[in-house]
Amino acid sequence: MKQLDLQELGLRQINSTLQSAIPETDGQQWSVSNPMGLHAIACGLNSKLSVTIDGNAGFYCAGMNQQADVTIKGHAGVGVAENMMSGMVRVTGNASQSAGATGHGGLLVIEGDASSRCGISMKGIDIVIGGSVGHMSGFMAQLGHMVICGDAGEALGDSIYEAILYVAGDVESLGADCIEKQMTPEHEKTLAELLSRAGMDKDVKSFRRYGSARKLYNFNIDHAGDY
Amino acid sequence: MCGIVGLYLKNEALYPQLGALFKPMLISMTSRGPDSAGVAIYRNPVAEGQVKFSLAHERSDHDWNSLSTALAEALACANTIVQRDTHAILVTDGDERSVQSWLAEHAPDVRVVGRGSSVEIFKETGLPEQVYDRFDLASAQGRHMIGHTRMATESAVTTAGSHPFATGADLCLVHNGSLSNHNRLREELKRRGVSFSTENDSEVAAAYLTAKLQQGISLKDALEQALDDLDGFYTFCIGTGNGFAVLRDPIACKHAILAETDDWVAMATEYRAIATLPGAENARTWEPRPATVYAWGAETLEGLSVNDENHMTAGVA
Repeated sequence: MKQLDLQELGLRQINSTLQSAIPETDGQQWSVSNPMGLHAIACGLNSKLSVTIDGNAGFYCAGMNQQADVTIKGHAGVGVAENMMSGMVRVTGNASQSAGATGHGGLLVIEGDASSRCGISMKGIDIVIGGSVGHMSGFMAQLGHMVICGDAGEALGDSIYEAILYVAGDVESLGADCIEKQMTPEHEKTLAELLSRAGMDKDVKSFRRYGSARKLYNFNIDHAGDY
Repeated sequence: MCGIVGLYLKNEALYPQLGALFKPMLISMTSRGPDSAGVAIYRNPVAEGQVKFSLAHERSDHDWNSLSTALAEALACANTIVQRDTHAILVTDGDERSVQSWLAEHAPDVRVVGRGSSVEIFKETGLPEQVYDRFDLASAQGRHMIGHTRMATESAVTTAGSHPFATGADLCLVHNGSLSNHNRLREELKRRGVSFSTENDSEVAAAYLTAKLQQGISLKDALEQALDDLDGFYTFCIGTGNGFAVLRDPIACKHAILAETDDWVAMATEYRAIATLPGAENARTWEPRPATVYAWGAETLEGLSVNDENHMTAGVA
């Protein structure tokens, strides 16, 4: 395990070290101490590193991640794992708003609660939340899966495209064009795999599935009231 | 932008360190608000029958002692006055309204920036660290403090436009965001006799709360009515005689974070303002929900239920 002290080295030094590290020669296991809520920690990684942020992170932690496995031991600020392409990001505490925004791939796990706009405009990322999510989560979600083991706030999946949402708890309200859909054995299989990868022990039978009614894809005067 | 911070100490052993603990919190928000800064600190409550005024003047060499003497002669009251740079803390046994009218008439260049039994408000233009040092706040002792670093968007960079804004006895408000209906609301409040000293949108929010509280509405109800009447983006931190309250607008665009340990409760725009507090790494840390009043310090917030963790929230568990 290689240790990097953020207070000592500074953000740019930490990020450039992690971005240029080669797992085979520089070592795979890295730890960043004293994050102190600073922003943009461990952004733009693009190799199979395993990085632990030892404490609470600020905004945009592990953004644009590819391949790497990043664990934030604590709270993650706004936009954690924003635009992730692949790899895995895990938050052991709660996350602020816009977690996993615009993510194209990989897996984001939030063990606690996520705040509003979780998975906004997600484009293929899978997000598993152990707790609840705030309002407008899954807004304009295009592709990927969001698994919410707790409750969802207002306007879940507003203007959703082809992302699939699974919720075990209560949904305060569904957003425009988001509807409940039937759970098939195939969906249960996908959900079970996601829960297993995230390390969440939760019965797939307790979940409901939500997705797009596909009424807002093209402008239709009959649906003007829904826009 | 703008940054707001609040710290409420649950552990009395930390009271002597309040100013020192709060300093890095405020300074860490400099990048969010380098134009001006201000704090409200709650300390040294006055005796029964006395009132404490926070006064400000443009000049740091203003003759506060002469003002105090003239006030004492005119109203036959006993005063003490302590100058801190451009501000002065006046403690008087004179009638509160009479003192305010006397100041308005005889010292029109002096601004009343706060009043109550324990609150002291200090605010100035300039970098937060400079402002903090000017008022010698690092050595300050007390139970709680709120602060603001301002990046001006809606009105000029002036001391009067700096936060906190007083909203009543021992009450004040700091605001991150911008209100879009402040002009109309200001006109409505003016018709009801409320006076304004700036074009600032946050002053309108403060005046709105002041007017509600003067009608006898509890702070909790006033904040809940604000959700209907204030249009725009806001995270508010409201300092009260016994603690502070936090409210975000229903859309909750403006950042906010809360953290709590057995020793303290803190709120900030960003977590890095909280990171320097003792035990922050193990604090319960979460983003406050929209349109929900969070408050610490029970006495002034009648109507909020207190739970056994010594904090209370309305609307959520």
